[in-house]
Order: sequence, then C-alpha cells, then structure tokens
Amino acid sequence: MSGVGIQVDKERCVGAGMCALTAPDVFTQDDDGLSEVLPGRAETTGGHPLVAEAMRACPVGAVALAAD
Amino acid sequence: MTEPMTEPMTEPMTDPARQDLDPIAHATAPTPATPFPQDRGCPYHPPAGYEPLRAARPLSRVTLFDGRSVWAVTGHALARRLLADPRLSTDRTHPDFPVPAERFANVEQRRVALLGVDDPEHNVQRRMLIPSFSVKRIGALRPRIQETVDRLLDAMERQGPPAELVSAYALPVPSMVICALLGVPYADHEFFEECSQRLLRGPGAADVNRARDELEEYLGALIDRKRTEPGEGLLDELIHRDHPDGPVDREELISFAVILLIAGHETTANMISLGTFTLLRHPEQLAALRAGETTTAVVVEELLRFLSIAEGLQRLATEDMEVAGTTIRKGEGVVFSTSLINRDADVFPRAETLDWDRPARHHLAFGFGVHQCLGQNLARAELDIAMRSLFERLPNLRLAVPAQEIPHKPGDTIQGMLELPVAW
Repeated sequence: MSGVGIQVDKERCVGAGMCALTAPDVFTQDDDGLSEVLPGRAETTGGHPLVAEAMRACPVGAVALAAD
Repeated sequence: MTEPMTEPMTEPMTDPARQDLDPIAHATAPTPATPFPQDRGCPYHPPAGYEPLRAARPLSRVTLFDGRSVWAVTGHALARRLLADPRLSTDRTHPDFPVPAERFANVEQRRVALLGVDDPEHNVQRRMLIPSFSVKRIGALRPRIQETVDRLLDAMERQGPPAELVSAYALPVPSMVICALLGVPYADHEFFEECSQRLLRGPGAADVNRARDELEEYLGALIDRKRTEPGEGLLDELIHRDHPDGPVDREELISFAVILLIAGHETTANMISLGTFTLLRHPEQLAALRAGETTTAVVVEELLRFLSIAEGLQRLATEDMEVAGTTIRKGEGVVFSTSLINRDADVFPRAETLDWDRPARHHLAFGFGVHQCLGQNLARAELDIAMRSLFERLPNLRLAVPAQEIPHKPGDTIQGMLELPVAW
C-alpha cells in the first residue's frame, strides 16, 4: 500500500505545541514535550480540515505529509 | 513614564489620511530613514510614524537610537521565512547585535539563555524545558490558575472600586502562576517584579546591570537552597532530574530562572492590562464577548495579533542573504516589527479592525522558528482564564479616568499599560 500520511519530525520539533493546539484529534505531545501523531491517525492526510492548518502553524516545519 | 496618549483613539480604518495612501508611490519614492522603535500614540495601534514601513512592506531600512541603519521586516510571509532561517543569529553577546535603546548598548554583555542562544546549543536548552510547557501540563495547571484569578477578584470586590488593575490583577496573576511553576516563593514578588522592571526599562545601563546582578544573586541563592531543601517546581526538577549530559550547572540554572521568571510574568501582565484597556475601548466587540457570541479563546488569539506587545524582535545576519530582491549583508542587524507583520493585509483582511470572526491563528505575536515562545500555551491559558473571569465577575467594568490620561509603556520595551484605573 502506498499513500501519504501525516508525520512529525521529532528531531526538528521544538515543543511549541501548535499542532496539538490546532488539531488535537490528530496530534499530541509525549512526556518529553515533543509532538507526535495520535495512535491510529497516521493515515490522516492534508484533506483533514485542520491538518493543513497545523502544518502551517508549526514554527519549524516539523509537521509534514510523507509517503509511507 | 511615557507620555500619555495625545492622539484620539479612533479606528484607523476611518482615518481618511490612511485610506489615501498609495502603496506604489510610497514604495518607489526614496524612503527617508524611519526611527525604530517608536512610542505608540494609541497603546493598541502601531506608531503612526511606522506608516512609511507599512507602505514599503515587506522590508525597509530603519535607524536605531544610535544612528545605525538596520533592516526592518514588516511582511508576514517574509517574517515567517526569516525567523526560521538559521543564518539570522540571536546571540546577544555578538558586538554587532542590534539593540533597541541606549541602556542596552552599554550593559556588560552576558549570555541570555534560550532567546540569546543559537542552535544547536539552544536546542539542548529548550529540550530541558519543553516537557513543563506542553499543552497537557499547562492544561493540568488550569484549576490552579483559576483559583489564583478568583482570589484576586475576591480581593478586588472586597475592597470595592476604584482599583488600579495592573497592580491588583494584571501583574499578580502571571506572577503567582510563574512562581508556582518555577518553585519561586511568591512572597518575594515585590523584589523580583521591581528588578525585572529595571532590567527591562532602566532607565540607565547601570540600572539594567544592577537589576540583573540582584536578580541573579537572588535566584542563585534560591537554587543553592533548593539543592539541600528540595521544593516543588521546574527549578527543583532541573536541579534534581538526571540529565543524559550530566547535571545542569549553576550558571545555566540561574540563566534559565532569570529568563523564565521575567518572560513568565512581564509579557502576560502586559497582555492582560492592554487587552482589558482595548476591550473597554471597543464596546461593540466587548458586547459580543459578553453576549457569548464568541469565546474567550478566540478573543485572546485576536488580541495577541492586534496588540503584538513583543515589538521589534532582533536578529543579526551571519551570512549574506538574498531576500525580497535585495541582499542582507553579513553583520547587518534585522528587526521584526510584529505589530506591522500582524497587520499584513495580505494575510489579515481589514487588519486594523479587532474582529472576532477572523482566523487570527497565524499571527506571529509569539515569534516563529525555533525561538517561538516556549510559554505560549501557558500564556494562552492564563489570558483565557484571566480575561473571562474578569469580565464575568465585573460586568460593569469600565475605565475610572478618561482613556487619554492613562499612561502606557514606551516603544523600546514590551508594550502595555503602566497603570489602569478601573471602576465597576
């Protein structure tokens, strides 16, 4: 299966929390304060109304759509 | 003290002089040097003297207090790009780093944690702190913030009107909250609030230096005490937590404590005071909030955009950069006018209007890039609770003196009200 899904680059993440604030049903933050995609939401695409917003809101471009 | 407002506070959209501006003519005419920063006339609008910069968006030359010419970024898209560009340094110890006022030019340059440090070192510092500022951790703090707010409003009601809102509410709310978060005794608040005021506003370089020394000495002693008498808070966690790279050294701990303590109370206090003043000067928008036609969270986000209290973020170019059809040279200073960036009409239609219906989300009031405000979600929670509770508890809240008589802060520091006399 090929497709695109939403990903967070934890190396880039600075813990601003903008993705978790913008699209809380897709993103969360781990115990280190770094963002991650919620379990079961990795298939979410830019078609989700708030995912595109979250990508734009991230101050370091750590939220991106990527081919799996 | 800055001068009280001298110009009438009308919405600029109705100002014919502003509507008649021809951006093309302004952009092509030779631009005389615009001084930066300037004092705001009305505390919630950018200075009228920034009009040439607005017309020449997204990039202009401005002149600092010492006659030095630097770049001013005024466009939203360009600001996002440049604030995320690692070639712009935030290292304040660099001799060429641009400073906004004389009092900062003559201070003995000392390292400022986080906002004065570039990656990769900055990233190591930031990662030690972000767990304490996550959306979840801040959410868990909300009941405590609400208690703090309720206690302060109880005291105001007991005492009865009039009240001075900065000292009775706007400053104590974030001061108490950051004390609890860091593990600093609030009993010492008068001391550190006064230090922080001198550190930010001088008036002279000697005042800034001495304030920083006093604050560092105080926090150093607190940290030493915490080593043997652990308490609760972020400082205690940093002292006692096992770090992969070994323990955080004393100097770095002090440096964190200084920046978190100051940033944690000054900025939010200014947003509460200026936000309240702004709402009281916009009765229609306030009525919509009171009628439940919008949420406080929406109001806070639009106020963050509209007020842009952290004006004039500074950077230094460490390489030549091709930008917006021109070259920013290595060694040149760059300042970001957040008030103009957040009123970029390409991103925020009718940007001069306080509008609860606009999506204000992409404002740069907290900056952008790796240095974007670490405490932004704490600030949002505090502002949401403080503003909602204030207008719920005191539905007849109003200014106790004419708006023009209320002094606000000068342009070379974080924007806000010096005092805010209210009645209800």
